Amino acid sequence: MKKNWPLWEVFVRSKNGLEHRHFGSLHAADAEMALENARDVYTRRNEGVSIWVVESKNITASNPEHNGELFEPAQDKVYRHPTFYDLPDEVKHM
Amino acid sequence: MSEEQIKNLEAQFEARIARDEKIEPKDWMPEKYRQTHIRQMSQHAHSEIIGMLPEGNWITRAPSLRRKVALLAKVQDEGGHGLYLYSACETLGISREELYEQLHTGKAKYSSIFNYPTITWADIGAIGWLVDGAAIINQVPLCSTSFGPYARAMVRVCKEESFHQRQGFEIMLKLAEGDPKQKEMAQDALNRWWWPALMMLGPTDDKSVHTAQSMKWKLKRKTNDELRQQFIDQTVPQAELIGLTIPDPDLKWNEEKKGYDFGPIDWDEFWQVVKGHGPCNKQRLNARVSAWENGQWVRDAAMAHAEKQELKSNNKAV
Amino acid sequence: MNTNLYNYILGLADNSLILGQRLGELCGHGPTLETDIALTNIALDLLGQTRSYYQYASSLKGEEYTEDDIAFLRTEREYVNCLLVEQPNTDFAYTIARQFLFDSYHLLVLTELQKSTDLTISAIAKKSIKEVNYHYRFSSDWLKRLGDGTEISKEKMQEAINSLWTYTNELFLPTEAELAISESGVGVNPEVLKAKYYDMVQNVLEESCLETPESKWFQKGGKQGIHSEHMGYLLSDMQYMQRAYPNMKW
Repeated sequence: MKKNWPLWEVFVRSKNGLEHRHFGSLHAADAEMALENARDVYTRRNEGVSIWVVESKNITASNPEHNGELFEPAQDKVYRHPTFYDLPDEVKHM
Repeated sequence: MSEEQIKNLEAQFEARIARDEKIEPKDWMPEKYRQTHIRQMSQHAHSEIIGMLPEGNWITRAPSLRRKVALLAKVQDEGGHGLYLYSACETLGISREELYEQLHTGKAKYSSIFNYPTITWADIGAIGWLVDGAAIINQVPLCSTSFGPYARAMVRVCKEESFHQRQGFEIMLKLAEGDPKQKEMAQDALNRWWWPALMMLGPTDDKSVHTAQSMKWKLKRKTNDELRQQFIDQTVPQAELIGLTIPDPDLKWNEEKKGYDFGPIDWDEFWQVVKGHGPCNKQRLNARVSAWENGQWVRDAAMAHAEKQELKSNNKAV
Repeated sequence: MNTNLYNYILGLADNSLILGQRLGELCGHGPTLETDIALTNIALDLLGQTRSYYQYASSLKGEEYTEDDIAFLRTEREYVNCLLVEQPNTDFAYTIARQFLFDSYHLLVLTELQKSTDLTISAIAKKSIKEVNYHYRFSSDWLKRLGDGTEISKEKMQEAINSLWTYTNELFLPTEAELAISESGVGVNPEVLKAKYYDMVQNVLEESCLETPESKWFQKGGKQGIHSEHMGYLLSDMQYMQRAYPNMKW
């Protein structure tokens, strides 16, 4: 038998109120072990209050070759941003 | 793709790096960029895990409980750093097992400094102070290297490393201000580790094969000789502070260049150790190989158990 | 000084120290990097507990007696850890079996010690039990993986359990200090934990597809300072610096 432990991606919430952020990856035989390994590897310095692990093969990623069609069309939609609109200085906080 | 298309892509790629954009794993990259990164990141990872061994040699013999936990945590960190770097490598489509295979068969290199033995407690201080000191000089610029996963791994590594050098220097400090026997132990360790630490920063610029390319890809920000000078200039005053003598009769402050002049480095010794003739090359590699081989049944069992569990839950679901 | 209290604390501390020392030997040699790092975390927890206990013990002794004097400057006969924790790292199965058999006991002891009338001990117990809950989770998960995994792993795991089983009963033979201290509500008489322990262990062994050994012959002595032959070597490593360079600061 020569099957290696699969790769998992680790997401850690560093404190309540913040989102889980990608911290890195590791190897584990099963989800339970991935969670424990993530705790042992990525939160040794008190970095987290919650962990997600997901097997890397389950992540679907966009292809950078399609970045043009995926992301560039959003670049000229300046009207989505507040600074697009001119207001008199007297109106503060809007 | 035609040759011209590739040339074009390469030009765009180099321009992105020149603009300080990061390269991510799925981006198009020249094959040479991929190979160079696999080589450098894996060498770096191997150095971290081989580096666990000389220091691990003193965990059971650390002279106080405080020193024991600090050393244990430090050696463990090195394992963590190896793990981050192997992971960064894996984003380029090579598995950790393949990387281990390269290490175990001697195909991959690791930092030669770990082929020297740790024969006294002071060696643990000297490694933290000098070897980690030299490593930090190398590593800090890598936090802004062009390959995203490498840069991110290095940010984490550098953050964690910050206690390592302090830990080593504190050991030396205690020895230097202690009993004459302790001071002698500290001086002896400095004598043995000084030159290997200087060599660790790599061959002189005229002998270094990768520098130009590495500079362009921000795998290097300074040349080996510049890094060495920086290391010497920052370390000499630290040695003076604790009353230890750098074992180099030619060491002299040069007011003109605002740095120290230093004596010739024995590069023969360096190349001998690189070729496998250092005092501990065989021992280090054997320790890694046997940890891996002895762990095979454990890894297999965990995998077999995971598969059985999955089968069970699938059957339940049906 | 309250000798019973002092000796009682040493009993708790020595177990953690010696097991921590054993796990420290493994750092850099684990079956995977992840497992290596995990075992070192356990070692660090145990050594942290050790220091809290010794610092408390040294404060009882007073004067200039330090945690390191207690840790490093006793003779072998003065260490009162159980035989189980000093057993060598024969292979990963032994490491897990030793850990599991000790963690189960450790968890029960700390559960009781949280209620100790001695505030320092209850504070240490409250902090340590979180760590030990995790140790127990780690070792019992691995026991299940190895017991269920492959033919080879099952065989190795069973062998390790069988051979370390002989050291379990000693955990529940009360020492003089344990008897005295449990009466005052400071400590726990381990006898009362015994039935629960064997239930708990047997359940996990069953879940792990492993047999509970039937042997009724048990070793004892560690808690009285009569150790196995392994102990001397462990101590000569551990005490080397303090013995070779007496009265120095590190």
